[in-house]
Amino acid sequence: MNNLLILLQKEFRQIFRNPTILRMILAMPIIQLILIPFAADYEIKNISVSVVDLDHSDYSRRLVEKMAATGYFKLVEYGSSYQNTLQTVGKGETDIIMTIPADFEKNLIRENTASIHLAADAVNGVRAGLGSGYAAQIIADFNREIRSEWLTLAAFNEIPQIEITSASWYNPHFDYHLFMVPGILAILVTMVGSFMAALNIVAEKEAGTIEQLNVTPLKKHEFILGKLIPFWILGLVSITMGMVVAYLVFGIIPLGHYLTVYAFAAVYLLGVLGIGLLISTFSDTQQQATLFSFFFMMIFILMGGLYTPIESMPVWAQWIAAFNPPAYFIKVIRAVFIKGSNFGDLLPEFYKMIAFALVFNTLAIVNYRKRSA
Amino acid sequence: MKVFFSFIKKEFWHVLRDKRSMIILVGLPIMMILLYGFALSNEVKNSTVAILDNAQDEASHLLTDRFEHSQYFSVVQYLHNEKEIEEVFEKGKARLVVIFPQNFSDGLAHSRAGQVRLIGDASDPNTANIVINYASAIIRDYQAELIDNQALPYSIKVETRMLYNPQLLSTFNFVPGVMTLILMLLGAMMTSVSIVKEKENGTMEILLVSPMRPIFVVISKAIPYMVLCFVDVLIILVMAYTVLDMPMRGNLALLLAESLLFILTTLSLGLLISAVVNSQQVAMFISLVGLLMPSLIFSGFMFPIENMPLPMQIISNIVPTKWYYSIVKSIMVKGLDFSYVYKQTAILAGMTLFFMALAIKKFKVRLE
Amino acid sequence: MQNNNIVIETHELTRRFGDFTAVDAITFKVSAGEIFGFLGANGAGKTTAMRILCGLLSPTSGKARVAGYDVYTESELIKKQIGYMSQKFSLYENLTVKENIQFFGGIYGIERRELKEKTAELIDRLGLHNESNKLVGSLPLGWKQKISFSTAILHRPQIVFLDEPTGGVDPITRRQFWDMIYETADSGITIFVTTHYMDEAEYCNRVSIMVDGAIAALDTPAGLKNTFNTNSMDGVFLQLARGAKRSE
Repeated sequence: MNNLLILLQKEFRQIFRNPTILRMILAMPIIQLILIPFAADYEIKNISVSVVDLDHSDYSRRLVEKMAATGYFKLVEYGSSYQNTLQTVGKGETDIIMTIPADFEKNLIRENTASIHLAADAVNGVRAGLGSGYAAQIIADFNREIRSEWLTLAAFNEIPQIEITSASWYNPHFDYHLFMVPGILAILVTMVGSFMAALNIVAEKEAGTIEQLNVTPLKKHEFILGKLIPFWILGLVSITMGMVVAYLVFGIIPLGHYLTVYAFAAVYLLGVLGIGLLISTFSDTQQQATLFSFFFMMIFILMGGLYTPIESMPVWAQWIAAFNPPAYFIKVIRAVFIKGSNFGDLLPEFYKMIAFALVFNTLAIVNYRKRSA
Repeated sequence: MKVFFSFIKKEFWHVLRDKRSMIILVGLPIMMILLYGFALSNEVKNSTVAILDNAQDEASHLLTDRFEHSQYFSVVQYLHNEKEIEEVFEKGKARLVVIFPQNFSDGLAHSRAGQVRLIGDASDPNTANIVINYASAIIRDYQAELIDNQALPYSIKVETRMLYNPQLLSTFNFVPGVMTLILMLLGAMMTSVSIVKEKENGTMEILLVSPMRPIFVVISKAIPYMVLCFVDVLIILVMAYTVLDMPMRGNLALLLAESLLFILTTLSLGLLISAVVNSQQVAMFISLVGLLMPSLIFSGFMFPIENMPLPMQIISNIVPTKWYYSIVKSIMVKGLDFSYVYKQTAILAGMTLFFMALAIKKFKVRLE
Repeated sequence: MQNNNIVIETHELTRRFGDFTAVDAITFKVSAGEIFGFLGANGAGKTTAMRILCGLLSPTSGKARVAGYDVYTESELIKKQIGYMSQKFSLYENLTVKENIQFFGGIYGIERRELKEKTAELIDRLGLHNESNKLVGSLPLGWKQKISFSTAILHRPQIVFLDEPTGGVDPITRRQFWDMIYETADSGITIFVTTHYMDEAEYCNRVSIMVDGAIAALDTPAGLKNTFNTNSMDGVFLQLARGAKRSE
C-alpha cells in the first residue's frame, strides 16, 4: 500500500511535468469535440444541380424553381447540352444533372406522359442515392401539382390511400451534434485509456528505468496499479472536460443522470486500461506502441457503431463487434445522453463491461513479467 | 553517394528488422480494406423494428408480414400498448416502431384512407431517417398493389442514371480514403517519430558527424518509409482490384505518379515535424492531432466538406489529403486524365516544396 | 557483516538464447565486503550473468544463490537484499534529484522520517545542495552516475551490482566514483562490478575475466599478473582475449 502511494506520487509528478501529456488531455477533447461534430453532418443537402433545360417552357421553369426552393439543392449551372455539363461532374462541380427534354410540357399534356433524366455522380453512393431520391420526390410532388390542376378532386378519392405519419423521438430535428458528441466522448476515453497508458509504460521500457524498478522488491500488482490508477483518473478528467465542452459549445447535457455516465465510464476505463497494458507488454518501443494502438483504435472505431450501425453488418462482423468494448460504451453513453436511459435499462451492458475489464486485465497481468524468461 | 546508399541500407535493416511493426504496417491497409469492403456498409440492413398492432386485421397482418420478410428489417418485438414504446427505445431494442390504428382494414376499404404511424429512434438521426424512408417505401409498395398499379394521367417519368458507380458501391468512396489515411500515417508520423527517436537517444549526433550533409542523414531515414508507403499503395490497389472487384478506370501510371507526389508531401511534413521537436511523444502528438485528425476530418472521405461551416470549408483547402483524395477518385473511379487533375497536382506539388524548404531551413538552423 | 561469509555463489550457471550460449557454465563465489570485478570484452556475457543474479533473467541451467536465496525460486527475496545500477542510465530524467532519491528509497520500504534524513545526508555528501531540486535530466553524466550509485545503496543492501558504472565519464570523475565504491565496501556492502577499463580492474579485490561466456581466469589482480607473467592487467586481458571467438 505504501509502495503504491509512492509510485502514484511519482507518476503524477511525471505527468504534470510532461507538457505533451497534459496538452493531449486538454487539446484532444477540445479539438475532437469541436471539429468532428461540426464536420459530421451527414444530412444530404447542398447538392449541386446543373440543369439542362431543352424545353424552356413554363413547366420546366416551374420545376426548376421548385427544386431551388427546397433548400436541398444548389443550382450551379444551366447547361446547354448534357455532354458539356458532364464535364462539370468530372471536375466535381456538379452532383446531379437534371435534363428536361425538349417538348416536355407538350408531351405531358398531350401524350399524358413525359420524362426527365437525372444523372448523379455516384462515386459517393449514399449521396447519389439519397440526392437523386430527393430530386425524384420533388418531381413527384410537382407531378401531383400538375395533375391536380387538370383533374378534379373526386377522381383522387377512388384510390385507397394510406397516410403515413412519422415521428422522430429523442432528436426530432435530426441534430447530428446530439448524435456525434456522445460518441466522440466514448472514443476520447478509449484513446486516453489505451493509447496514453500504453505509451507511458513503453516510454519507461525505452528509457531503461523499468529495469531499475524490476530489481526492486516492488510487487507486480503494485507496479501495474501504479500505472493504471493515474490514467484511470485522467480518463475521468478527460470525459469531464469533454462534457464541459459539449455543454459550452453545443449546449448538450445528458438527459439521463451524470452518475450513470460516470459509473459506466469508471468500469469501462478499467477494461480500456487493460487493453493499453496489454499493448505495452508486446511493444518495446513507443513507435511500436503507437502503431499497435492505432491499429486497434481503427478497429474499435470502425466496428464500434460510431458511424455505421452494427446491425447492418454481416454476421461475422457483428461477432467482432460483440467483442469490441467501445461498441458498448458508445451505445451506453448515447442512450444516457440522448434518450435518458437509466442504469437499470443498461444493466446487460454493465455486466459485459465488467467482463471485459476482468478479461483484459488478466491477460495483461499474465503477460507482464518482471523477469524475462 | 556511396556513403548515402550505405546509410539508406542501414535504415532499411533497421525498419525491416522490427517485425512487429512491419506486420502492422502491412496489415493495417489489408485490415482496413477488408473491414470497409465487407463489414461496414452505409446501407441499413436488418434494422430492428417493433410493431404495435392495434388493428389485428387482414391489412395490418399483411403489412407486418412484409416487414418480416424485408431484408431491411427484422421484427424483434410485438408491443401491446403505447407505453411500451419508450421502454423499447430506452433499452435500445428497436430503432423503429410501426403503429397500426384500430380498424385499419375497414378504414382502407370504406373511407379509402388508413393511417400508419412510424416512430423512429432519432438518437441516431442518419439511421432513423433511412429507416423511416425504407418503411414508408414498404407501405407505399403495398398501397401501389392495392390500386393495382393503374396508370395515372399526366405522369412524369423520372429516369435516373448513376454515373461511374451504377450499383452505388461504397468501395468507390473508401478505397481512395484508406489510401490517403495510410500514407499520412506512415509517411508523416512514422518518419518523424523515427527521426526524433534518434535525437532522443543521442545517436543523431553520431550520424551528424559522419561525412554526409545533415539533410541527407535525415532523408536516408525517411526513404525506407517512402518505399513502405509505396508498397502499401500497391497492396491497396491490388486488393481493391482482386478482392473488391473495383475497376481501375484511369491511367495506372498517372495514379502511381500522383501517389509518389503525395508520399513526398507526407514525408516533407514528417521531416518538418522532426526538425522542430525533440521528443517522440511530442512528435506523435503533433502527428496525431496536427496531421492525422485534420486528414480524417477534412479529406472529404469521412465527412462531407460541403456541409461544414464556412471557416472549416476554407481550412480544408490547406489540408493536403483533401487534394490527394480528390485526385485518386478522379483517376481511379472517374477515369479522368491529367487535364482534370492538374490543378490539384499543382497545389500538392506547391505544398510539398514549401514544407520541404521549411524543413531544410529548420534543420540548418538547428545544426549550425 | 562478517568476513568470509559467501554472498554470491554460482555453480555451472548457464543461459542460452536459442542456440547461442551467452553464459556458459560459470562457477564462482563472492565473499561479503569484497569488491568483485567482472571483466570481459563486449558480448562476453557479463551483463547477462549479472541480470541473472539480479533476478531480471531466468537461468537455463546450473545453480546460483545470491544473499542466501535461490535465483530460480526466491528472486523477489533477493531483490530486497541488493542494489542495482544498470548500464543504461536509470534514474527518472523528469524527476528532480530529491524526488528520485525519495522514490527509490520509498520503494525499498525506508521509513518516511529516516528517508528524509538519509536524503539530506546524501545530498550533503555529494555536495548537491544547489542541484537537489533540479531535474536529473539537466545534470552532467558524471553527477547522474554518482546519484544513481548513491540511490542504489540507499537502503543498505548486502550486495550492489554495478553494470559498467563509469562508461563515458572523465578520469577524474571515475576516480571519485571509485572512492565512493571503496567507502561503500568499507561499510560492509559487497560490490559486484562489470567494467572494461583495465585500470579499474586493478582496484578490485578479485577479478574474473569472461571470454565467450565462460570464466577464463579468476584471481586477485596481483595473482593474475603473476600467472600470466605480465606487469599489467592489460597484458592479462590481451592474452586471454586473443583466443576469443566472438566480440563486437
